[in-house]
Amino acid sequence: MQRGKCADSENVSAEESEGERFERRERSCARLMRKPRRRSEPKLIKPYTPQGMRAYLALAIAGFRRYATYRQATLAAAVTNTVFGFLRCAILFAVVDAGTGIVAGYDAPRLATFVWVGQGLIGVVLIWAPTDFADRIRTGDVVTDLLRPVDPIWQQLAVDLGRAAHAVFTRFVAPIAVGALFYPLHAPERPATYVLFVAALVMATLVCFGCRFLVNAAAYWLMDARGPQVAWTITSGFLGGLYFPLWFFPDAAAVALMLATPFPSIIQLPLDVLVERGSLGEQLAMLLVQASWVVMILALCRLVQRRGEIKLVVQGG
Amino acid sequence: MGSFTAYRHILAAQVRGQAQYRASFTIDVIGSVMFGVIDIASILVLFRVTPSLGGFAFADVFLMAALASIAFALADLVVGNVERLRVYVRGGLLDAVLVRPLGVLTQLAALDVAPRRLGRVVFGVVMLVLAVRQAQLLLTPMSLALLIVTPLAGAVIFGAVFVATATVAFWWIESGEIANGLTYGGHDFTSYPITIYGALFRRLLAYGIGFAFVAYYPALALLGRSDPLGAPAALGYAAPLAAAIIAGAAALLWRTGVRHYRSTGS
Repeated sequence: MQRGKCADSENVSAEESEGERFERRERSCARLMRKPRRRSEPKLIKPYTPQGMRAYLALAIAGFRRYATYRQATLAAAVTNTVFGFLRCAILFAVVDAGTGIVAGYDAPRLATFVWVGQGLIGVVLIWAPTDFADRIRTGDVVTDLLRPVDPIWQQLAVDLGRAAHAVFTRFVAPIAVGALFYPLHAPERPATYVLFVAALVMATLVCFGCRFLVNAAAYWLMDARGPQVAWTITSGFLGGLYFPLWFFPDAAAVALMLATPFPSIIQLPLDVLVERGSLGEQLAMLLVQASWVVMILALCRLVQRRGEIKLVVQGG
Repeated sequence: MGSFTAYRHILAAQVRGQAQYRASFTIDVIGSVMFGVIDIASILVLFRVTPSLGGFAFADVFLMAALASIAFALADLVVGNVERLRVYVRGGLLDAVLVRPLGVLTQLAALDVAPRRLGRVVFGVVMLVLAVRQAQLLLTPMSLALLIVTPLAGAVIFGAVFVATATVAFWWIESGEIANGLTYGGHDFTSYPITIYGALFRRLLAYGIGFAFVAYYPALALLGRSDPLGAPAALGYAAPLAAAIIAGAAALLWRTGVRHYRSTGS
């Protein structure tokens, strides 16, 4: 697919009849299909130029403002996350009560923090997102994304980061505030933890964005990305540490999951950083794991998008 | 009789339609079973780090979870998609449903029936059989009857919760996933003994909504245990009564909602 250049096909002269316009569109579509590889690639706006920064910042602000208008939906989501917070906290506390007061290395305040901040985290990383992108691929609307002079991945990422920023002030804070009212939470002992957690939160959002992108991008090949979506919904929460800390598994399994799958980088690792499981060095190691997954997933996104664009056939009509 | 034929046709068309996309259908069936697997796996993982949960051993909790699982899966199969009501209200499809000479709720259920969810029901039944063996229950006619009636009554309770929470959409279209807290959350709640919950939370959900009757009280009766919270043993057999009450309340709420409904006018 070519991008950017096709924008001029919109400059249709006023005299042109409906039929002529239709034919011209057909021809230009045929041209696009004959040349799936990019030749004379139009220049995309680079994110690190001043112009690019403005463009992506504008997209991020748009993402923020879009979600700021969905006030009722945000409230509903925060309430739902809070209800599940009570449920999960009760279930995990039942495990603590039965034992010695510590389970898998977590004491009660750490476990409560794990649950409640986890419930807030769901909204920031948006682990269960609507399948807009897959639908756009299926319907062919994705073509308009490709026509814009911005990279399709960075464009979505900018919007998603704007959304996440909005969620930090709403869906993230609300469950934690309620949790703090009813449970003793663990306040970080080392000041550095706050900084590290912010970094972990950003990286968790990036990894989650990448995973969602990949799940949706499966539609380039499958048309209906329901299979990957179902698989993602089932595995992400369970293997990511949303329902219980992964250290409830045997240690070797927990470590293997963290290193070999991206899911713990979305939930388990940021929460472990926050509740100070281990020393500063171990916190840094967790961030390193997250950072590797950010790089790997985003690189994979690029590769998949490239192949997907070649594969993409927009149905006529 | 005429309306029965109409429903039969709607149902048959739905099933036939969904079966056309074989790959999607297979994936959905597998997915539906996997959700059940995850629930049981979570309990196994919890019991890896603790010998008992709220004073109950693994076999007891497994039995409760299996009962809750079938009840939820059955309700989800029949009326689970009523949660899409807010989409219909916003999109205006509900107008089309309202002008047809058939019941509104039954139409929605028939229109959206999801045969793929049968997978989870079957999985739940298998789990119940395993749980009965694990808990070494003595199968008397009474306990057998309880094992059959409990999931059905539980399904009615969950179905009522699905309908009642979906009704919110008549007043609040942008309610998002708020119903999930009580539907899917209700399933999580009923999978564990109610002794693990805080007093207020327990009163609201276990007694207020009647979730204690889905699995907890019937499981106590099956296991021949007395309630650590001191409720009379007879409650183990009261699930159908509780189901009737909550279903009545949900029906009332639904009627009020439909009367209140004004088209979005888009």
